[in-house]
Amino acid sequence: MDQRTDESQTRAAADWPDGLYDLLKTHGIRQVALVPDAGHARLIRRCLADNEMRVVSLTTEEEGIALLQGAWLGGEKGVLLMQSSGVGNCINMLSLAIMHRTPMPMIVTMRGDFGEFNPAQVPMGNATQTVLEAMGTLVRRADRPEDVVPTVDATIRLAFNTFRPTATLIGQRVIGAKTFGKD
Amino acid sequence: MLAASGKLDRRELCRALLDDRGDMLVIAGLGAPAWDITAVGDRAENFPLWGGMGGAAMIGLGLALAQPARKVLVITGDGEMLMGVGSLATIAVQRPANLSIVVQDNEHYGETGMQETHTKHGVDLVGMAKSAGFPRTMLVTRPEEVPALRAAIHEGGGPLFAAAKVDASSLPLVLPPREGSYLQARMREAVLGPAAHHQL
Repeated sequence: MDQRTDESQTRAAADWPDGLYDLLKTHGIRQVALVPDAGHARLIRRCLADNEMRVVSLTTEEEGIALLQGAWLGGEKGVLLMQSSGVGNCINMLSLAIMHRTPMPMIVTMRGDFGEFNPAQVPMGNATQTVLEAMGTLVRRADRPEDVVPTVDATIRLAFNTFRPTATLIGQRVIGAKTFGKD
Repeated sequence: MLAASGKLDRRELCRALLDDRGDMLVIAGLGAPAWDITAVGDRAENFPLWGGMGGAAMIGLGLALAQPARKVLVITGDGEMLMGVGSLATIAVQRPANLSIVVQDNEHYGETGMQETHTKHGVDLVGMAKSAGFPRTMLVTRPEEVPALRAAIHEGGGPLFAAAKVDASSLPLVLPPREGSYLQARMREAVLGPAAHHQL
């Protein structure tokens, strides 16, 4: 692989937020529930610009689980975008997905994961996968940019084809650790 | 419709609100509201909750956004609404015209030993909804105010938030089905027809 091909592949991999937006369109996602995370900023901008998607900004992530329950009752597909810390807020509400067999795909950007600067992010970041799995969620990780789109694609398919909560955790190595200017 | 306490009877209130409901979809918060809508009549357009405390209003929002041509009514308790009180802000910002939320406010946690909720101590859910930006809000304490609430639910122009002060005594349990996938599938079929169960 020559230098130029290598650079263009790196650039393509860095475009994963646009790839995720295209995936949401392909899968007919109409409701996008979120508590913002810097790692999702570009995807959120794309969704906000799309008149066919309803972006629902939440006060806490568990609202998004309940929203997805209602969307599915009404025949619409949704996804929940959040940071790993928000997963902790969803735990009891995930009972809805198990009780009713509701597709609930989640796209989670990790903190407290790879080179974290903020000690407060580490406890929940370290527990994210364990607690999701404890609540019946099928979890897959993407730790390289080129893995993000295929992994989220699988996560969305698994949710809607098999009627359960699913999540992709996008590793902090993909997003980059926030350093508060202390590099 | 008044109980001996001089407050509204929750089940009679429920019956009046659901009278001649057409194709309205109803979400009921866990506990007494779920028993109440079931006592009025269990049907596919009912989604009584057994859990997910704090989520009833947001389930209503997701459903109302997905089905803008149908009326969606959330009937829930004060404890359940307080647990998800931030959702009042989320719903007010989304402004779904077809969504109504009615809190049957008995000022107590009825399923756990009648401990007092914050509404017993002056917390004003109607005021919170108004401050969040709900365009229509109502406080209902008298039977003669109930027809106007029912009319407002059917009118649209929401989102509407109402609190009805109800008597705190517990009524006989009327339990809805407990099989969650059945509750979901029957409502989806009522909304989408048989296609609900086929590959999207």
